[in-house]
Amino acid sequence: MTAPDPARRRCLAGLAATALVRPAGAAPAALYRRGNDADPGTLDPHRASTVAEAHILRDLYEGLLTDDNEGRIIPGVAEAWTVSQDGLTYTFRLRATARWSNGDPVVADDFVFALSRILDPGLGAKYAEVLYPIRGARAVNRGEAPPDSLAVTAPSPGILVIVLAQPTPYFLELLTHFVALPVHPATVRRWGDAFTRPENLVSNGAYRLRETIPNDRVVLDRNPHFHAAGDVAIPSVAFLPTPDLASAVRRYAGGEIDSLADLPGDQMASLRRRFGGQVVLGPSLGLYALAFDLRMPPFDDVRVRRALSLVIDREFLAERLWGGTMRPAYSLCPPGLDRYRAPPELAGRDALPIDREDEARALLAAAGYGPGGKALTVDYRFNTSDNNRNTAVAIAEMWRGLGVATRFTYTDAKTHFAYLRDGRPFAVARISWVADYADPQNFLFLLQGDNDTLNPGHYANPAYDALMREAAAETDSVRRADLLFRAETLALTDLPWIPVMHTRSKALVSPRLSGYRPNLRNVALTRFLRLEA
Amino acid sequence: MIGFILRRLLQAIPTLLAVVTVSFFLIRLAPGGPFDLERPLSPAALAQLRRTYGLDQPLVLQYLHYLAALAQGDFGPSFSFRDLSVAELLGRGLPVSMTVGGLALVLATGLGLGLGTGAALRPGGILDRAVGFGAGLGLAVPTFVVAPLLQIAFGLVLRWLPLGGWEGGAPSHLVLPVLTLALPQAAILARLTRASLRETLDLPHIRTQRAMGLPARRITRHALRGALLPVVAILGSTAAALLTGSVVVETLFGLPGLG
Repeated sequence: MTAPDPARRRCLAGLAATALVRPAGAAPAALYRRGNDADPGTLDPHRASTVAEAHILRDLYEGLLTDDNEGRIIPGVAEAWTVSQDGLTYTFRLRATARWSNGDPVVADDFVFALSRILDPGLGAKYAEVLYPIRGARAVNRGEAPPDSLAVTAPSPGILVIVLAQPTPYFLELLTHFVALPVHPATVRRWGDAFTRPENLVSNGAYRLRETIPNDRVVLDRNPHFHAAGDVAIPSVAFLPTPDLASAVRRYAGGEIDSLADLPGDQMASLRRRFGGQVVLGPSLGLYALAFDLRMPPFDDVRVRRALSLVIDREFLAERLWGGTMRPAYSLCPPGLDRYRAPPELAGRDALPIDREDEARALLAAAGYGPGGKALTVDYRFNTSDNNRNTAVAIAEMWRGLGVATRFTYTDAKTHFAYLRDGRPFAVARISWVADYADPQNFLFLLQGDNDTLNPGHYANPAYDALMREAAAETDSVRRADLLFRAETLALTDLPWIPVMHTRSKALVSPRLSGYRPNLRNVALTRFLRLEA
Repeated sequence: MIGFILRRLLQAIPTLLAVVTVSFFLIRLAPGGPFDLERPLSPAALAQLRRTYGLDQPLVLQYLHYLAALAQGDFGPSFSFRDLSVAELLGRGLPVSMTVGGLALVLATGLGLGLGTGAALRPGGILDRAVGFGAGLGLAVPTFVVAPLLQIAFGLVLRWLPLGGWEGGAPSHLVLPVLTLALPQAAILARLTRASLRETLDLPHIRTQRAMGLPARRITRHALRGALLPVVAILGSTAAALLTGSVVVETLFGLPGLG
């Protein structure tokens, strides 16, 4: 490291004055101190599962395709590719200049090795499912077929052929996901699980691993063998876990961290006041919704569900309670997805609150509730956090206007999500979903009747499932978007889930850091950033 | 003496076994598991993971495997840092927690004894009242309030010290965490020292010494010897609390300790 850490400079009180005098035409900084939500559980891309891990893995490894700083898909190790007429066979030409950090060339067999590895049932990869569009992947991963039945082949070191089970319009995007990143075969064979240790790890991305200190930092250095190493401006990056966001903000204010990947949502007003344009909000792929258990009367009655949805003031929740870190949601899919159009919307967005309340009252009365009818009590389950609790209380208050009483059941996140996953009974439950790829399918498949883990309310509409199946088989992208649009419209009519808010990404970015662009996929590869000292 | 220590160590074995057993089964009884995330896994992936980590075996068998591994010093894989074993995590975190905790212990003891003695010698004096107030404050204000206040004062306003990070244990990075950890303990020790010393100073043998005209300094030394017994007794638990790392302090200051 050439430039001393500014924090350390400050403690030399006598030198403080001189340290503050910096040359005007700012030189590039030697180390980018990058706040990351949490420590990585692993640097093995095939075992990874968190957003924090994804940020580090994208700097360490490069897949066949990768993302630029706007979140657009660009060539990675593959410099060109062709897709067969039937949309099933993808042929990738690998760039001859792709190198591992030890100088070995990156060859097609490395990808055959990697894809076979993650789908090996013995590895226990959490996200192997993302690769199921590849022919044979599902059977291999479930141990129902031999590993060599996977349709990934390397006819020559520079050519990789992947055959799909059925046309998958978002397949190229899947290849930017961390599950599709390569690992260095010789290193993995030699060290086994220990290949991720700093002394062993060989990577093919813009950076290579220097050191890992749990609860402190993961430091990466520029990989001199990277094919575009000349364009990588930041020589080293340290990923600092920031489990306590308020404390991380103080360290940012003190100049000890150059950017934060998340912000304390309850301090947005004060953060905007203090940091102005350094607070950067962006789109993201998350949905915050309420699911009904459709096996539990009266929530099997669509009139009850619609009434409860109508009176939720989403603008209040998103802007006031969540400080603008959420967007009001009137659809399941967030806007801006690829291969889709503007999603359909719940009726009544522009109606006056009072009209919506009247309509809700009428719906409840028709279902036999309200004045003169039965009293409705809703049991609302959520996982405890300040914002979730405030949201639950606010929604209960909105429902109270309809004469609906709300009881709360709240647990920690693990218990909450395990409860829902196991298909246990509830009335209304908070659910959240963060998509893996920016395609409507990755939201709408949640409500398919055969989705046993992610459809806790047991929504099963044959018409919906038929539309989803038809869309999956459709190769024409416009017709496919139409089918998905019709499926989502149906889901918004049946309303098994009430969409409440769409999440936004929130970050603090130092003015010295340039090239950061918030994007739907929440990717920011360090290789596209620049940092002044 | 050696026989006594050996006997004590042997007696600890059943206690440890009970602790290990109870914590093993309690964790298994609690709802949720290490793989329950905000985003549920597919049943196939979950079953696969449980197989990989041996969680699909009967509980008794898992328990026996766990005991056998423990006996060999193998604490098993960490579910939060999967690239490292628990033993490695302990090996890396312990020195950090011990350094911060040890310094805090020294500081707390020095401050507590010094201020407590000073206050006891002049009851009702300025120092006594200041110590009483400060100790009350130190006990009442929790660490998670003290830490941000210190960070803001010394890191953001005065800009004397870094707000967090370890940097290989650089002294400037130690000051605020050590201070945060030491303050409440110093408060306890100061109050205890003061009360105990006051009591001792009124005892007949001290009064006799005073009557015989011994110099005040020697009287204090005599009194302290007796007065420090309860203080020493409490130091044991203080040391245990400080040396094993504090989750709050380590999280707030971004220290790679055990917490």
